[in-house]
Formats: sequence, C-alpha cells, structure tokens
Amino acid sequence: MEVFTQQLINGVTLGAVYGLIAIGYTMVFGIIGMVNFAHGDVFMVSAFVALIVFLAVTTLAGLSGGVVFLALLLALIVSMIITALYSWTIERVAYRKLRGSFRLAPLISAIGMSILLMNFVQVAQGARNKPIPPVMRDTITLFERNGFAVAISYKQIMIMVVTAVLLGIFWYVVQKTPLGRAQRACEQDPKMAALLGIPVDRTISITFIMGAALAAVAGTMFLTYYGVVVFSDGFTPGVKAFTAAVLGGIGSLPGAVLGGLLIGLIETFWSAYFSIDYKDVAAFSILAIVLIFMPQGLLGKPEVEKV
Amino acid sequence: MSDANKAPLLAIRGVKTYYGNIIALKGVDLDVHQGEIVTLIGANGAGKSTLMMTIFGKPQAREGTIVFEGRDITRMPTHEIAYLGIAQSPEGRRVFPRMTVFENLQMGAHVNNLAYFDTDLERVCTIFPRLKERLQQRAGTLSGGEQQMLAIARALMSRPRLLMLDEPSLGLAPIVVRQIFEVIREVNKEQGMTVFLVEQNAYHALKLASRAYVMVNGLITMSGTGAELLANPQVKAAYLEGGHH
Repeated sequence: MEVFTQQLINGVTLGAVYGLIAIGYTMVFGIIGMVNFAHGDVFMVSAFVALIVFLAVTTLAGLSGGVVFLALLLALIVSMIITALYSWTIERVAYRKLRGSFRLAPLISAIGMSILLMNFVQVAQGARNKPIPPVMRDTITLFERNGFAVAISYKQIMIMVVTAVLLGIFWYVVQKTPLGRAQRACEQDPKMAALLGIPVDRTISITFIMGAALAAVAGTMFLTYYGVVVFSDGFTPGVKAFTAAVLGGIGSLPGAVLGGLLIGLIETFWSAYFSIDYKDVAAFSILAIVLIFMPQGLLGKPEVEKV
Repeated sequence: MSDANKAPLLAIRGVKTYYGNIIALKGVDLDVHQGEIVTLIGANGAGKSTLMMTIFGKPQAREGTIVFEGRDITRMPTHEIAYLGIAQSPEGRRVFPRMTVFENLQMGAHVNNLAYFDTDLERVCTIFPRLKERLQQRAGTLSGGEQQMLAIARALMSRPRLLMLDEPSLGLAPIVVRQIFEVIREVNKEQGMTVFLVEQNAYHALKLASRAYVMVNGLITMSGTGAELLANPQVKAAYLEGGHH
C-alpha cells in the first residue's frame, strides 16, 4: 500500500509531463493529419531554453528560495515563447509547403526536422548531460507505515498544479473561445472553415504554437524534476508522448491527457514491481494490446457519417 | 429585366477551372443581380458545384474573372471572400459533425464576430424549429434533412448579401424540400437577400427563380427567366421529364 501510493504519486507526475507533450501531437494530428515527429525535439529544445534562462538568472542572483522561484517562472515563460517560435518556424519552413502533397512527404520532413534539432543542440550545447543545481528538494511526508515514508516533493506538487492549471486554461480556450472553435472547425473540415471566413493557415500556425507552448511547460517541468537534460532527451519522452496520444485516441485532447497519465503510471508501476529495464516494453505492449482491441484508442471515436 | 442595366452583384466572365489537367469549367459567363433568385440547373457532373466553389476560390479559376460588388475576387483567398458578404451552403452540407448545432451556427456568424448572434439565432430557429430543439446536439447525429437545414441556417447567420445554395433539396423528403424552397422564397422576398441556387430538382428551382441558367459539360448552354426555361422543350426533355413533381 505504501509503495503503491508512492508510485502512484511518481506515476502521475511523470504522466503529467507525457500528457502535456502528447497534446501537441494530438492537436497537430487532428488539424493536419500528420504526426509531427519533431515535437519531441521541440520539447527537448524547450528544456534547454529553460536551463539557459535558469542558469543565467541564478548565476546572477544566487540560489535563494525567492530567486529560484522567480528563475523557474522566468525560465517557463521564456521557454514557452522561444519554443513556440521554433515550432512556428518549423511549420512554415518544413510542413506548410508540403501540405497537399502525398502523405509521407511532411512525415519525412518532420523526421528530418527532428534530426536537425537534435544535432543542432548537440553541436551548440555539447553532447554531455547539462545539469542545473538541485532545487526544491523539500518533500512533504504524507504518512509513514512499516518504516516506509510516503512522500510528495514540492517539485511533484508544482508539476501537478502547473499541469492542471494549464490544462484547464487550454481546455477553456479550445472549447469556449472563438479561436478554439476555429481550430476545431479546421480540424473537422478545413475547406468549410475557409468558406466561413476562417484563415486556415494561420489557425494551423496557432495550433503549432499552442502545442509547443505546452511542450515547453513539460520541458521546464522535466528539467526541474530530473535536474539534467541532454540533446537526445527529445527522443524517448517524445515517443512515449506520441504513444500516449495514440493510446488515448489520436485527435482527442482528453485522450492525450489520459494516455499520458496511463503511460506514466504503467511505466512507474512496472519499474517498481517488476523490472525497470523492461518499463518501456511494458508501456509499448499495453499500447499494442489496446490498439488490437480498440484501434481508435481509448477516447477516439469514429464519427458515423450521415449521408 | 429592369435591373439588367445596373452592374450585377456577381459577374462571372469566361471562367475556366481545372482539376489538375482536367478542365471542369470551360469558360462560364453568368450574372447575378441584386435581389434576384438565380438558378443554375444541369446534370450530375456538369460543373455546377465546381462553379460554386470557384466563386470562393477553391479551386481558383485559371482564366476569367469573378467580380462581386465591383471587386475582382478571382484571386482572393477563400476566407477573405467570406468577409465580403457571400455565404454558401455547399454540396454535401458540410456541417461540422463533432460540434453542436449551436456551435455550427456560431461558426456561421464568425465573419461578423457574433455581433447579431442572438437576434439571428432566434430568426433561424423560427425558420427551422427543428434546429431549436437540437441546439445542444452534435451536428453529426442529425438526420440528413436536419443537417441541410443547419447548413442553410449557418449560411444565413452571416447575414450575407449573396446566399449560395448547392442542391439544398438533395436526398430530402418532398415535404422538407417544399419547406426549404419556401424558406428561400421568404429570405429573398422579405429580406431582399440575393440567392444563387444550384439544383437538380429543376422544376421547383425554375419555378422559384427570377432567372436561370442551364449548364452542360462545363458550359452555359441556355439562359432565360425561370418561366422561359420551364416552357423550353429542350429543358423539359432533359431536366423535367421523368418523375419530377
């Protein structure tokens, strides 16, 4: 029970990060029907931007509690902006021209972008792990039994709260604002959306920007949680988040969050109870099993077309 | 016609549209004047819907010009054309299936920022009481007839000066067809809305029309008042015989 609760906390934290990245995959897939394989690397870039900002601020102003908080906040905001810019540029440069081309073209272009970003960061930042000084190390002990203390760290609380708040805002934007309505319209029928006055290209750009901003939140959280980042960090979390999006039902926003949480939990529990070496195998096996029985994913539903 | 000397609201001149290398419109000339109901009839595949979409720049005409209210819109992006006061209920209805009826109507009012949304919502709900009952239902779950009503209502929500309807009667029960034609007559008469109507249901459409055009294989082959075409033996033979009530 103690181990279970502890792992639940850890799993939800990890799942929140996956969920945030997964939203970027699922939104872009929803609106232009392509898997943006560069999204994981956009996430990695965001962690680096956060790292640079954080180090710059703390080097200048020290590591006292207030400064750390401000540095994190600033890192988050700057990372969201810069990462959004990256993503916007990627769409303009690598995807837009290929829209209307055969389906594999933007996919291959995305893989190219992924490799480009990874190598660019490797060259620019070096190939080694980049650490930040340990921050927010305090934990709250929830309860203690049989000599096992179940604890939740400030970091974990921060990750859960920030994720929940941003998901709330994000959900509101997509469901309740004219912008969100335009996005959903473009997703369901871009031609009709254009007939009604929606600038489809711009709406797609905004979607890339929003997905990247959420990935930047995930990147900043990831950096704070693990304390290090390396140029290849986009790959595994990227693939996991993509898996989460597919598991939840690609194109579905609640599905992305649910999928993210599930992947995070599966991975954590598997590592705790079975073998940590096989945690990825576990996550991907669950994906395979779900897809065999529910090809649409957990929350993706095929819409019955009326004639 | 009395208003034939005035500049038309919509003037289509020598429009040629291609799909890849295949020509779909081979040089179409067509006018729609303020306050008219203009009908375009023709067989399946004649190019009627292509013309409707070409007016909106999807696809753009390769040759010729399309002028709306004195403005050349041939090369204008589709979403900007919508802001000029043209609305279309397109072929296949194209309601947003995973949005509610209410949200679909909001999309229709997008071009004027929902400024008259409440008034217009009430108005279309009076015209189509069925929609009022289903406002919170997903559009994808509506019947075909209800989707057609929604598509027309959505087009009306933008308060267009030119309303384009592509086969509003397709696949509908006769009673619904009659209802929809009644609505077209009403918005034309009472609000002075100009209507450009594409139909296969030639009899109803010609009875309704101030003027009409016949399209065959991407070309306009005949034009005249609705009554003239109704009486024309060729039109009769090609589009009216065979079960149209």
